[in-house]
Amino acid sequence: MSARIRVVPAPAKRGEVVEVSILIQHDMETGYRRDDEGRVIPRDCINLLTCRYNGVEVFRADLSSGISANPYLQFYTVAVASGELEFSWIDDLSVQGAARAGIAVSE
Amino acid sequence: MSRAVPLLAAMLALWSPGAAGQERRIPAGELKSGIAFASPEVRAMQADDFSNPGMLWVEKGARLWSTPAGGAGRSCADCHGDARSSMKGAATRYPAIDRASGELLNLEGRIRQCRSERQGAAAPRHESEELLALTAYIAHQSRGMPIEVDVDGAARPHFEAGRAFYYRRIGQVNLACANCHEQNWGRTLLSETISQGHPNAYPIYRIEWQTLGSIERRLRGCLSAVRAVILPYGAPEYRDLELFLAWRAKGLPVESPGVRR
Amino acid sequence: MNRPGRRRFVAGLAGAVALPAMSRAARAQTDQLDPMVWVFTKGVPVQKGRVKLELPLLADNGNSVPLTVTVDSPMSATDYVKSIHLFSEKNPVRDMARFYLGPRGGRAKVVTRVRLAGTQTVTAIAALSDGSFWWDSAHVQVTLSACMDES
Repeated sequence: MSARIRVVPAPAKRGEVVEVSILIQHDMETGYRRDDEGRVIPRDCINLLTCRYNGVEVFRADLSSGISANPYLQFYTVAVASGELEFSWIDDLSVQGAARAGIAVSE
Repeated sequence: MSRAVPLLAAMLALWSPGAAGQERRIPAGELKSGIAFASPEVRAMQADDFSNPGMLWVEKGARLWSTPAGGAGRSCADCHGDARSSMKGAATRYPAIDRASGELLNLEGRIRQCRSERQGAAAPRHESEELLALTAYIAHQSRGMPIEVDVDGAARPHFEAGRAFYYRRIGQVNLACANCHEQNWGRTLLSETISQGHPNAYPIYRIEWQTLGSIERRLRGCLSAVRAVILPYGAPEYRDLELFLAWRAKGLPVESPGVRR
Repeated sequence: MNRPGRRRFVAGLAGAVALPAMSRAARAQTDQLDPMVWVFTKGVPVQKGRVKLELPLLADNGNSVPLTVTVDSPMSATDYVKSIHLFSEKNPVRDMARFYLGPRGGRAKVVTRVRLAGTQTVTAIAALSDGSFWWDSAHVQVTLSACMDES
């Protein structure tokens, strides 16, 4: 799955609150749509997304079909140290996705 | 029937705006991209390069650009180098006549032709991830540049056919493209504001589709809206119409990938 | 009027006065009798305030509506937002999303894009570290396309 991550500001000062955004390519299929032959397209949504900052969870989301296709999430975290933001997620068909971005923190 | 044809031709002549190069029904100074008719939320979505979902396909296209394909294992980059320079302005000139075959090709058609004839790979299917991503990536390189298609020479008959289609009433609802997008742009239909119907932002992330789609898909949407027969993907009518639409939009800057409702 | 009649009349009046307050809470889905809210709050009253839920008044397509939820909280080690829950009034799946924050959050603000199955009220309930619950709601008019797109 394609995903884009943005961290603002970059670099951040230690202790500053940074804005983290992620956009993931995923249909978030609701399970209520039908194909051209009238068959129900099975539900497949990302149901859990986690963000770890240098291994520590700083954000988690339980998602459902109520979140739009190609989900966009923006949240905040305190810049404590340079390192990595690691996103991982799983959908209803148990397909896992992951994306990483560096986070630069200056003194 | 034989008496009706010259009568119809006369009516069409009265109705059509004249030869290419003459006045467009919407003059250059009044041209407005579809984004001007969109809600603030849609405008914000298109304006932010990070969160514009279309950019997911542009990024995918960038990866495909450098990925070898076909028998000879050549990538687009092997012939065309860095797309940011080699593809700059390319999308502003399509649809265009292919010099080798004499065929009218749109951007998707050119990509499919390159894949099959020059890379020895399978031509990607219409609306496939591969074709959408490559089209989005290439069109994006022309963002901000004005559309400048050529409708003279070998393109002329295609232009005329496209224009005839544009002004022909079709479907159960018996509407021509012009009825909405030329006579009533700016007015409200249910809760939507009718746009001028320009092709300058394609491929677009259409919220209704919940994915990226081509101009051909959008034209099919219009055909279904007026309850006309939806022509199959790849039908020449779409390309002829696309050429006319591009001529009609000459001067409007490319916005690809656009976001629309 | 005889005695039983007057009692019934007065009881009826009391019921009529109570009804509007009940339906506002119910419409905003902070009604403690709603099992979805109960599972989250376990009966702790949900107070109005501190939460700001922002949605456009009018969405021209229910497939993607931008949403911002902010909670007034210092987000310190001892006073922070634990989670924010989004509830829909009309969606087939009313439990839209849950966002888990914490003391490292810095700012209690989440932005996303939601699907809304028609005009409705969306409610956000925030759970704070001190065990309290706060809510806000927003009403969105969701319009349909003028033209059917069966592409």
